[in-house]
Amino acid sequence: LSAKHPAVLAHHFEDLRQQHQAATLGMWIFLATEVLLFGGLFLGYTVYRLLFPAAFGFGSGMQNKLLGSVNTVVLIGSSLTMALAVRGAQVGDRRVLVGCLALTLVLGATFLGIKAVEYTADYEEGTMPGPLFTFRGSEEHPLPEGLGTAGRTAFLKQLEMYFLLYFLMTGLHAAHMVLGMSVICVLLVLSRRGRFGPGYYAPVELMGLYWHFVDIIWIFLFPLLYLVGSH
Amino acid sequence: MAEHVLPRRTYYTVFAALIVLTLTTVFVSDLPLGRLHMPVALAIAVAKGVLVVLFFMHVLYSPRLTWLVIAAALFWLAILMVLTLTDYLSRGWLPLTNR
Repeated sequence: LSAKHPAVLAHHFEDLRQQHQAATLGMWIFLATEVLLFGGLFLGYTVYRLLFPAAFGFGSGMQNKLLGSVNTVVLIGSSLTMALAVRGAQVGDRRVLVGCLALTLVLGATFLGIKAVEYTADYEEGTMPGPLFTFRGSEEHPLPEGLGTAGRTAFLKQLEMYFLLYFLMTGLHAAHMVLGMSVICVLLVLSRRGRFGPGYYAPVELMGLYWHFVDIIWIFLFPLLYLVGSH
Repeated sequence: MAEHVLPRRTYYTVFAALIVLTLTTVFVSDLPLGRLHMPVALAIAVAKGVLVVLFFMHVLYSPRLTWLVIAAALFWLAILMVLTLTDYLSRGWLPLTNR
């Protein structure tokens, strides 16, 4: 190997630029599979929302819109800090890179903390699907009138379907965040050691792509699960 | 190897736009829009997603190959959605007795 060959350059690549582009392309192909993973859940949501518009609107109305909005802002904020972290690596500013990665972790943890508060409220209200689904209407959210006994049972089943999809979608999203935050922890340690700089920052860039993708999923989940039909 | 480095200002501007769009979508959800709620909410979400993809994910400055991968992902998502909905949405159109 010649002196021009940097230690971080794998031997089968011409140069760092080609290596970086290959890594980015691979990440995008992974994200394409993620689109289809979440796509299945979005499809299930679409089908059941079309079949049971009233129950799904009712379910959206039961969500805490304020906490959902705050969480959306928190997550978009974490995308900003992640983008600035990547930029810090690009321009070789280690302080910005480390600081923004840490901020992203803090904001990610804030999001999950608020989500935990919401899940707790759901548990107490009896809206978790399966045996825990004991919700039969409450003072704050009374069931629509004039359903009849059979209609009431059907409506509650449909509402349970809304909450099943709610927990699957937000749960899979939260799992992605936990995974992302674990990787950010590793990147944080490596960044402090000065592993990344203008010549080599592909891992930070790829982490950014993943984090922004998870942000986009939430950007769609929030209106679909909290807003539409909630009034 | 320096790829295109965006000015910090671009990121702040995109962030501000995303926050404004978030507040907008929350605000309009309380308006009496009837059947328009879903299209409006989805349009705002798509606008936010496009901003994130183009600027935060640097796609605006990425090679055509990246655009192709994204187009393929969306195309396959469209197949998943459209072909399934052709079934669910058309049920009951034909007068079949065993329905």
